[in-house]
Amino acid sequence: MRISTILASSVAAVALFASSAIAADLKIVHGSVGRDQEMLRKHLDMFEAQTDHTVDIVSMPESTTDQFGQYKLWLAAQSSDIDVYRLDVIWAAQVANHFVDLSPHVQDIIGDYVPAAVESQTVGDKLVALPMFLGAPALYYRKDLLEKYDQSVPTTWQELTDTAQLIQDEERAAGNEDIWGFVFQGAAYEGLTCNAQEWVASFGGGRIVEPDGTITINNENAAKALDLAASWVGNIAPEGVLSYKEEEARGVWQTGNAVFMRNWNYAYALAASEDSAVKDKFDVAILPGTEGHTSAATLGGSHLGVAKYSENQEAAIELVRFLNSYEVQKDRAIITSRPPTLNAVYEDEEVGEKQPFIPLWKPVVDNALPRPSVATARNYNEVSKEFWSAAHATLSGDGSAAENLQKLEAKLKRLKGARW
Amino acid sequence: MLLVLAAVAAYPLFRTFYFGFTDASLDMLDSVNWVGFRNYLEWVDYGDGEGEFFGLLVDEVWWQSVWNTLYFSFVSVSFETFFGLIVALVLNANFAGRGIVRAAVLIPWAIPTTVSAKMWAWMMHDQFGILNDLLMKLHVISEPIAWTASSDTAMLAVLMVDIWKTTPFMALLILAGLQMVPRDIYEAAKIDGVHPVKVFFKVTLPIIRPAIVVAIIFRALDAMRVFDLIYVLTPANDDTRTMSVFAREYLFDFDKFAYGSAASTLLFLIIGGVTITIFAMGKTNVGREN
Amino acid sequence: MPIWIKRTSFYALVAVIFVLSVFPFYYAVVTSFKSGQAIFNVDYWPTSFSLDNYFTVLTQGVFGQQILNSIMVATGVVLISLALAVGASYALSRIAFRGKTLMLFTILSVSMFPQIAVLAGLFELIRSMGIYNSLWSLVFSYMIFTLPFTVWVLTTFMKALPVEIEEAAIVDGASPIEIIVKVFLPLMWPALVTTGLLAFIHAWNEFLFAFTFMATDAKRTVPVAIAMISGGSEFEVPWGNIMAASVVVTVPLIALVLIFQRKIVAGLTAGAVKG
Repeated sequence: MRISTILASSVAAVALFASSAIAADLKIVHGSVGRDQEMLRKHLDMFEAQTDHTVDIVSMPESTTDQFGQYKLWLAAQSSDIDVYRLDVIWAAQVANHFVDLSPHVQDIIGDYVPAAVESQTVGDKLVALPMFLGAPALYYRKDLLEKYDQSVPTTWQELTDTAQLIQDEERAAGNEDIWGFVFQGAAYEGLTCNAQEWVASFGGGRIVEPDGTITINNENAAKALDLAASWVGNIAPEGVLSYKEEEARGVWQTGNAVFMRNWNYAYALAASEDSAVKDKFDVAILPGTEGHTSAATLGGSHLGVAKYSENQEAAIELVRFLNSYEVQKDRAIITSRPPTLNAVYEDEEVGEKQPFIPLWKPVVDNALPRPSVATARNYNEVSKEFWSAAHATLSGDGSAAENLQKLEAKLKRLKGARW
Repeated sequence: MLLVLAAVAAYPLFRTFYFGFTDASLDMLDSVNWVGFRNYLEWVDYGDGEGEFFGLLVDEVWWQSVWNTLYFSFVSVSFETFFGLIVALVLNANFAGRGIVRAAVLIPWAIPTTVSAKMWAWMMHDQFGILNDLLMKLHVISEPIAWTASSDTAMLAVLMVDIWKTTPFMALLILAGLQMVPRDIYEAAKIDGVHPVKVFFKVTLPIIRPAIVVAIIFRALDAMRVFDLIYVLTPANDDTRTMSVFAREYLFDFDKFAYGSAASTLLFLIIGGVTITIFAMGKTNVGREN
Repeated sequence: MPIWIKRTSFYALVAVIFVLSVFPFYYAVVTSFKSGQAIFNVDYWPTSFSLDNYFTVLTQGVFGQQILNSIMVATGVVLISLALAVGASYALSRIAFRGKTLMLFTILSVSMFPQIAVLAGLFELIRSMGIYNSLWSLVFSYMIFTLPFTVWVLTTFMKALPVEIEEAAIVDGASPIEIIVKVFLPLMWPALVTTGLLAFIHAWNEFLFAFTFMATDAKRTVPVAIAMISGGSEFEVPWGNIMAASVVVTVPLIALVLIFQRKIVAGLTAGAVKG
């Protein structure tokens, strides 16, 4: 019933705009290529058929740092070349000045979106971008190995450590020399911020910088979390984990060489594919927490914003609404397995049938933890770098967690100055 | 024509110098305030008699990256010159299949840096990289090395890839120099029974010295600006962060365009200084021999 | 030392150089024949032979057009910068004028700024010149970086040529252009081919400018195209496709070297006669 209301309202909205607007040539810049882009083209064709507008895609390489630099150049030049930008979840506050406030234009539908996603795109009262799709990590585990050694799925990080150690030792004794207990993203980059934030938050160590702007990272719980993580390296995780990003971790785990892996949803379809060594041998669960604190999963994803400098703002907003409408999100979820941003799509039967993991991901997405990108505003990237550097130093055995966090706090204070 | 080009090329450079003295943010390049040397050095008084210096000149991370850059450039250019000379001498000799080998030697230089850096990252992966596999099969190492992860080997890994990649550049420039050496000198030396090694040091080397000096200068300039290789292989690693990587972080990733511009300015001055030094050394050597 | 030991060790050296240079490329070729999970296995010899990756790369998008763009940009850069550099280096090596050293250093100093630092300024410049999203923006920006190199290398080589060889021509009353074309060019082949080749490869491989100054796929060059090859999903790196694309773009360069290395040899004999 709710679905039909959404459908009706989005169709009505499109119809309303279509009748009032004159035909415009729009440009959308899109952070990914390949299958994502083919699908976007398909949706744009649908949009073009419904309206008089035309839309061209300006493609970008997959690396978000490359994209961010280029976007900043365009925006700084106040270029009207691009109307709609696809923004990474953490950019909203850093580029907010350059984007149109979408909240008056989406008032009728914003309640249907996953709240964490909307929160991550709201800077002050301004809605910088309308959530397009999400990303959230989970704990991937080898159910065959857990069964073999009669272990249950760990719900705390300590349990994970113990189980990983046990299975690793037993398997190695049995001749499986290449096996490791746990792989994650430990390279010094944004991914480590995500990983480490999850450890810290689930130990009750707070959010690095709280939503009100206070720096809270230098606390005992956070230190405990990082110390535990440091104990993994070289024991249950290979030393190389310090240079692993998503694909390196997946490579190790998917060739059957690790018991547990922390990774994003994209790995699910690949791990379940025909030539995967762990096909039918794995399952996913929410990330572990601690006693007394629930697990935390970092919120990822990409969202659509309309540039202030666009000469066709009305048509651009119409496009953003269309690309995030129920039908389109459903299609996207089925084809590319991106977790949608509309609550209702998670309950859609067809989606559940074709992408069985999407309903599984709803609790993960609901509890997802945004990075402190809104609180730290334009300084987020630097804050994140300082945080991952401190985490990386701790993991590498370069100083204890307590020492590194103390230094980190000093650096963040210096960075913050009077206010973020 | 050349002057026009130089003027056009200088424009972005002077803008960078200028922004180094302002509070520019990439967001608002039109409205900037002059702040003097604040990006370089500034005394911040906490009001209670205590205070601290801030700015690039007291930024440890910056000086670490200056040191990394100089170390990287010195080691890589030295090895590249040495290997390049050997390769050039080999290619200058007459032997069957020389054309093929010449083309083969150029391959490392021909593959786009971003691709070859990724390729090596893959080959140096600790778990399924071929490099560890090979070294273990040869019993050089007993357990896999996490090349790009550990701080002991990260610089080594970067150097290895850079030397592999740019030796062809050196080799080709030196080879072109070798081709200018008149053949009959060798003939004469052979008839006189002078040892080939002596011929090399007394005849060949002095003739090709200018070519080598120019090659070294351009390689050094490139090495001191090294960016993509490190950016792909070991991003954000304090042990391998170079001046360019540092500048990029501030210019584009962080909201501190001015600080990044100041870093770029210093970078330019440091490179200029090193170039003049190399030049002075090259010149005095030549002078002495004359 | 017996001659055969000399020969064997020489060829051993050649073999070592060959293997070191080619192995990573060879490994890329081996990888490009693999698909899916097989990428994660270490194999020294091709275990499967599938052209799927090549097929995907060549049919997806506008890769052919992008190779053509790269060829046009690189050729343009080489031709224009060599033409300018030959003239400039003749002036710098043969004609005495004030401020010559200063000029040489000014040209060189252009090579001292990091690309990343001038990116924002160049971006504005290119937009205001109206060549944004045109291949000329690349020809223009690459020239800034290839010219110092070509001018310097050619100047060094011209200086190395004995003055006597052109004196005859000067006595005959030849103009500077005639001297350059008739006397210098034939002798300069090795240097021209070498610098041309190096400049070509530089332009062929450049990423940052190519990425920043072009906004449509049909205008982009090969390194950017390779960076845009993506996997089926976010984070997934399609190694097979990337390797296939790298092989495809490296082969023309190898062919180029094979063709022009004859010229290097030709230069050699010419030098021998004159020297």
